[in-house]
Amino acid sequence: MTRFNRLLPYVALTALAVVVVALVGLPSSSARSGGVARNVRVEASAYAFTPATIEVDPGDRVTIELASTDVVHGLHIEGYDVNLTADPGQPATVSFVADRPGTYRIRCSVPCGPLHPFMSGRLRVGPPSTFWRAMALALIAIAAGGMALWRKPASPGARLAPS
Amino acid sequence: MAEARKPRSASGSLMTHVDLTRLPFVRSMLVARGPQLAVQLAAVAGLLLVIASGLLGTPVGSRNPATVLVWIAWWAALMIVAVPFFGRLWCGVCPLPLPGEWLQRGALLRPRGRGRGLGLPWPRRLRGLWVQNAAFVIVALFSLPVLTQPRLTALLLAGLVLVAIAVSLVFERRSFCRYLCPVGGFIGLYAQAAPLEVRVRDPRVCADHTTKTCYTGSADGYGCPWQVFPATLTSNVSCGVCLECLRTCPLDNVAIRLRPMGADLRPSAPVRIDEAFKSLVLIGSALVYAIVLLGPSSALRAAAAAVGSPSWLVYAAGFLLVTVVLVPGLFLAATSLGRSAARRRLSANEGLRRFAPALVPLGLAAWAAFSLGFVLTNVSYILPVLSDPIGLGWDLLGTTSMPWTPVGGTLASWALVAIVLAGLAWSSRHIRAVAENLTGGVRMAMPVWGFSFLVTAGLLWVFVA
Repeated sequence: MTRFNRLLPYVALTALAVVVVALVGLPSSSARSGGVARNVRVEASAYAFTPATIEVDPGDRVTIELASTDVVHGLHIEGYDVNLTADPGQPATVSFVADRPGTYRIRCSVPCGPLHPFMSGRLRVGPPSTFWRAMALALIAIAAGGMALWRKPASPGARLAPS
Repeated sequence: MAEARKPRSASGSLMTHVDLTRLPFVRSMLVARGPQLAVQLAAVAGLLLVIASGLLGTPVGSRNPATVLVWIAWWAALMIVAVPFFGRLWCGVCPLPLPGEWLQRGALLRPRGRGRGLGLPWPRRLRGLWVQNAAFVIVALFSLPVLTQPRLTALLLAGLVLVAIAVSLVFERRSFCRYLCPVGGFIGLYAQAAPLEVRVRDPRVCADHTTKTCYTGSADGYGCPWQVFPATLTSNVSCGVCLECLRTCPLDNVAIRLRPMGADLRPSAPVRIDEAFKSLVLIGSALVYAIVLLGPSSALRAAAAAVGSPSWLVYAAGFLLVTVVLVPGLFLAATSLGRSAARRRLSANEGLRRFAPALVPLGLAAWAAFSLGFVLTNVSYILPVLSDPIGLGWDLLGTTSMPWTPVGGTLASWALVAIVLAGLAWSSRHIRAVAENLTGGVRMAMPVWGFSFLVTAGLLWVFVA
């Protein structure tokens, strides 16, 4: 086997991975157009954000009103420079442009009790492209592991007889 | 100069092992008891700090060393670095069994007299990993309150120390570590992936060695605390890297070697059914933990935290259903489907025992990714806690007021994806190797790949959906 032939599966899989990451999850023509103002009221209480998932379109101007109903809670969106804190009965507001498609985790940024580290929600900007890209890459990973990286043993060990 | 050799692996590929114990400095550091004892004493001091601060310090989990140092710092270091790259090395310095072991031996260093304790053999019926599997599942059911409440973390650790002492005084050697420790079984399974091993250089030398001091002990060291005859070691599962065999072998026949990752995962060697089951329980647990702790449902988290309530009972039943029934059942179905598709005569039991080790890379990746996701979010709690260890308002490092700052942003999500996909690719390769070894080819591998894909999809859904 030539060196080129040996490298071919890896090159092909790498190329496929690049194409998948680039293409899968691109907004379809039926996707809602962005650029509108969206006001979302998020209630924070007992280690939960309600709604747990905020869905907007790329380009939307998003205004989040955080209302805490038990203790002081914070709202931090990973990937966006968004941070706000709300005391009980005193809602806080922040606005930003959702200019980066993808799914971003929302976390409580103020220690609020035992389950505080797990108090989270999600901001989804556009379709869940990251997930579908990752799923496509998972198929490539199986192909890579099961086909490209596997090599027939040079000296096979004991084998079972076929039925 | 370290000795490099190139034996052939079971899959036929060339492997390179590097014998670290050929390096005089490394060997002297490993054989000497001082360095290991120093690390052990530091670990015991850390354990005492954690137990004391858990019982006496602030009940706020994110401000108490018990929860922050154990479940953020130690757990992440264990799952992301120690186990994947050093295997069971942690077991060699773990503080939990040390008080019991020191009492049992009546010594901190080399053998001195007869020691204490009854020295009974561990009951034959309780050998294997079944008790450890049960211990892991029981601890896992209560994990959310333990993870978040310092007092419960302290009580769990203190309880494990007390059980280890009791077991050491009744049973021989490290029976607690070998047969009971809920974390030990976990580490042992995934230590098979690590590029580090303790093995004899030439088993024939051991066969001719009549006194077998590596197992019986000598003036230089103790007989294998893990109750393993080193000449029979073929995997890292039961070797605690305690280094005793290195000290007791008079023939310089024990080596600590670097090796290719996953060298224990041989496609031609079925594992015991308890080990296969452990692999499935752990991968199911990783999935459930990821969904419960990192997923979107706060109701699920609330149920997991409300121990004893009706909602917790439902959660516990669901946890057991997924980890003990559903995941093993699906895997059994996948291997059975593979056997049928490839028309190979193979019992369901052997199919399970052959393919289960292939899940070790994916399981390890799942735990590593889950742990990385948790630590990146919460790592900024570590410095404030170190600056004020027992919540008395101290500022020893000037970092007490450091704000919470998650690390990684969106890149962190892709890092988790990359880890899981690397594990999937590695498992897929091993699944193919097992299927080929059974002459079943791609047809036999496909349903097991499908199972791995489903597990991966669940993890990815939690991490990035």
